[in-house]
Amino acid sequence: MTPARVEPPLAFLAELTHRCPLQCPYCSNPLELVGGRAELSTAEWITVFEDAARLGVMQVHLSGGEPTARRDLVGLVRAAEQAGLYTNLITSGVLLDRRKIDDLAAAGLRHIQLSIQDADPAEADRIAAYPQAHLKKLAVAREIRSAGLALTLNVVVHRRNLPRLDGIIDIAVDLGAERLEVAHAQYHGWALINRAALMPSQDQVQSAVATIAAAARRLHGRMQIDHVVPDYHARRPKACMGGWGRRFFVIAPDGAMLPCHAATSIPGMSFPNVRTTALKAAWDDSAAFTAFRGTAWMAEPCRSCEFRDVDFGGCRCQALTLAGHAAATDPVCDRSPLHDKLQALVEREVASGTSSLQLRRPKPSSRASDRSREYGLVTLID
Amino acid sequence: MSIEGSSKPRLADSATLRWDKVRDKWVLQSPERLFFPDDVAVSVISLCDGQRTLQSITDELAREFDAPATAIYDDTVELLKGLAAEGVIVHDAGPR
Ligand code: SF4
Ligand code: SF4
Repeated sequence: MTPARVEPPLAFLAELTHRCPLQCPYCSNPLELVGGRAELSTAEWITVFEDAARLGVMQVHLSGGEPTARRDLVGLVRAAEQAGLYTNLITSGVLLDRRKIDDLAAAGLRHIQLSIQDADPAEADRIAAYPQAHLKKLAVAREIRSAGLALTLNVVVHRRNLPRLDGIIDIAVDLGAERLEVAHAQYHGWALINRAALMPSQDQVQSAVATIAAAARRLHGRMQIDHVVPDYHARRPKACMGGWGRRFFVIAPDGAMLPCHAATSIPGMSFPNVRTTALKAAWDDSAAFTAFRGTAWMAEPCRSCEFRDVDFGGCRCQALTLAGHAAATDPVCDRSPLHDKLQALVEREVASGTSSLQLRRPKPSSRASDRSREYGLVTLID
Repeated sequence: MSIEGSSKPRLADSATLRWDKVRDKWVLQSPERLFFPDDVAVSVISLCDGQRTLQSITDELAREFDAPATAIYDDTVELLKGLAAEGVIVHDAGPR
């Protein structure tokens, strides 16, 4: 076993708020959203940026919810830049206009990642549950480019919008995006309760891989396309967050410091809060960050596996959801005893053909949260 | 689009090269990308300003390092190809 050597983190996700005017049914925020009154203040965020830079962090991804819902966003960007962090804003764009974009650029913002929902405007607006969201986003994307800011277009893909992947790529080229990020829905939080309606088929995933490879060749040197094969359709898991407590962390709106944005789903785990714990102590020594750092915590088959320092056993939150406990081998791995059941589950959910989606709301319906145990392999199938 | 002598490579708008005080290293970064280029790579990247052609960049490097221009050319193409594949270097009219 390699001892858990603590290197300084590279980047972090600052969830400035959970508030958002959109209601995407695959939102990665937890079902229990943090209310506006519990959010860190401007001064508290600035302290976080300064401490993070001192700790060795190089990038901050300003996210949410919708980060532009924070009135102090421009000041926060300026403070993060002054602390020496590279700033990236992750936004839906619907609250932005040219004046705000110019202010953000003047404050030192380096890059904006803007999400769209689909290539088809009507379906995009349906998923976002926001009238005219799509047209508004395209207009904002053009303003971002004309203000001279770098743009990544992000789209979460799933069974419903994958047939229009070509159209999505065309939009990214047309907008002058430097990068297109094709992200498959990650089944935590809201996406988990909507999994059956979002799950793509193996054929869809393979055709996405081919479409993107062809586009990447055509656009080499002009537009970068990042595409990661979705977990459930793979044979080996990804190193979630580059390994637990190894590269990244997340600060939730209320100051909770998390090893990954879904970590609050793990029962019995308590998280350090930047209001009471210094960032360095939280990163180096807290129970949450040391729990799955390195490889010493692993059981078989990971413990003796040659890939244990490559993927670190996959995603802990996914292991919890699917296998029933967070220290299990991620069932995405074909060495997990649950892997075959996962493949069967994918097929069953695709075959269900369901299109009923629960949109993100301030509170999930009690039915949704009560049933969240049923989305695993152990409880669902055994 | 492949990179050639007349290409004018430049850093992507999202990419920055800076000295990292905590690690005592150069870092080239854009969202989702972090590289720690060595001194030679830093010299190459610093010359990629969108004005100079690949040919003039490698001529300058050959003078600076007093090395044969062909070897420098090949190494530079290799490096820039890799960085272009990662999206941190762009080398045509691009999506401006
Ligand atoms: S995924 Fe959609 S609902 Fe969730 S924060 Fe982003 S834009 Fe808002
Ligand atoms: S057994 Fe564990 S360490 Fe090995 S490939 Fe699978 S998840 Fe990774």
